[in-house]
Amino acid sequence: MSPASGDLPPRPSSGWIRYRRIKSAIGWLLAGSALIALAVAMIQILLYVFLKGFHSLSPKIFVESTVGVGGGLKNAILGTALLSGSAMILSALIGVAAGLYLSEFGEGRLGSLTRFLSDVLVGVPSIVLGFVGYVTLTVWLRWRFSLAAGAITLAVLMLPYIVRSTELALRRVASGIRESAYALGCSDHQVVFKVLLKAAAPGIGTGILLALAISAGETAPLLYTAGWSNYSWSGHLIHEPVAYLTYVIWSFIGEPFHSAHALAYVAAFLITFMILLINLLARFLIASSPHSNR
Amino acid sequence: MWFRRLLAFFALLVPLVLLGIAVFLVFYAWPAIHYNGLDFLWRDTWNIGNQYANPVQRHGETVMPGAQFGILFLVAGTLGSALIALLFAFPLGLGAALFLSEAVPHRFGHFVSFFVELLAGIPSVVFGLWGIVFLIPFLSHHVFPVLARLFHFVPFLTRPIGSGYGLLTSSLVLCLMIVPFITATLRDALRSQSTEMREAGISLGATRFEVATRILLPGQKTALAGATMLAFGRALGETMAVLMVSGNALNYLPHNIYSPISTMAAFIVAQLDSALADPTGMAVRSLAEIAVLLLVISLITNGIARLLIGMLKEHTL
Repeated sequence: MSPASGDLPPRPSSGWIRYRRIKSAIGWLLAGSALIALAVAMIQILLYVFLKGFHSLSPKIFVESTVGVGGGLKNAILGTALLSGSAMILSALIGVAAGLYLSEFGEGRLGSLTRFLSDVLVGVPSIVLGFVGYVTLTVWLRWRFSLAAGAITLAVLMLPYIVRSTELALRRVASGIRESAYALGCSDHQVVFKVLLKAAAPGIGTGILLALAISAGETAPLLYTAGWSNYSWSGHLIHEPVAYLTYVIWSFIGEPFHSAHALAYVAAFLITFMILLINLLARFLIASSPHSNR
Repeated sequence: MWFRRLLAFFALLVPLVLLGIAVFLVFYAWPAIHYNGLDFLWRDTWNIGNQYANPVQRHGETVMPGAQFGILFLVAGTLGSALIALLFAFPLGLGAALFLSEAVPHRFGHFVSFFVELLAGIPSVVFGLWGIVFLIPFLSHHVFPVLARLFHFVPFLTRPIGSGYGLLTSSLVLCLMIVPFITATLRDALRSQSTEMREAGISLGATRFEVATRILLPGQKTALAGATMLAFGRALGETMAVLMVSGNALNYLPHNIYSPISTMAAFIVAQLDSALADPTGMAVRSLAEIAVLLLVISLITNGIARLLIGMLKEHTL
């Protein structure tokens, strides 16, 4: 205790050290097995979906529409692309603009409110969005099951992801670049369009792609807004239900027919494959960006 | 200035959308909130009433005779499945994050954590499909019988083991879906700690495990709590996977861990069709009341998580 004595503290006994080493080894063993358990589950799910889906894959899937619980998935593939694609365009337009505001001018109350509420919106269960979409768009506005109702519901779901990722991407752009642009006499919109958006493009693109991946895998918001159709979309924004892949997975696996199960597996394979591909693409985009901090 | 105003308008859309959803839902659910009252949460009978009789007036609302809307069984199913999921997900996520951040080389850790994070990208409905065709047969044939025999003295773990569709299956699927949130956040938080902390720990004679758990981890308690809260919120609101593996129990309180359940989110999907058969509309409005509850829950869990993570930011910056 007294500093004057200059004694070293007593050396721990070798038994104590061994006890701590064994305890640590057991700890690492447990932590490692947690990781292995997750990895095994992950690989199991992917392999299962890929093998089952690949087994039932045939060219027919891409050229024929669904007939009852058989046929192909042309209508659903087209529908998923349409729904997610139009939702992406809609929410990218709003989301990037909102993200720009948050990162460039969002220090005030509106900024922090938007930030907080978009974080909350991320956490709102997708079925709540689907329910509201159903009651408002499908019933109240009398759009019935339609592309517009489904796409708008999906756009609301994607919006907060795009807002926050755009804001983060823009914040990573060095403030010197902004200052130089302003010093050269650029106006706000010139700084944004000619400098910031270009510099932050990979980050913004990554955010939009990840949001696209999320929307492509959603089912609950679409069940009562997009409906289901055995036909390919014929060009009506409202009053025409749209098919989509996730519906096939949910609905057809419950049918007592081989053809239905096969379609469900193929749909799961296609959607999982697409989502993994989009995820990889997004990672690649951010990794190849010159401004990334990673 | 016009440009800033334009951007501000778009930014304003985000709060407006959420506000619009909340106001609309409460407004729409109001007759049900009035009719069901707060008892809604504690009653365990969901009965849309006799659809072949004439509507009657009760408590100032027009309903079908015998209509009663209580969701105690949903509250039990939702909380039960989310809590058990968290019980598995927390140690798994914690262990995986510690291992990825402190035990393996960075490059490898980066690679593996990318794969763990891909788990979060797999759609809910694909988890449901996997649950139906692989997990449920596997659990009900090989795991549940053994579990019930081994723990025959523990209440809630004893027979009957049912069909495989139920509480524990839902929790396991939910666990896999929420683990990436915990692992990813905690791994990033641990990685962001300075190397000096690790070196100081090692030089004091601590093992690497002790450095990880006693020095690095305590500094990241708020990050861990925030991530866990987010994951919990996700588990509470998860819809499709639970809908597919929960057994969709109606008016049935789980009496053991294998019992069929239903959750609030899954119930909305499962019951909307039959609720639409109610000519008075009270059944659909009661579903809207469930949606209001889900909205409130997500507001609370995300608010807390956000506060925790906000505290963290002030701490580190």
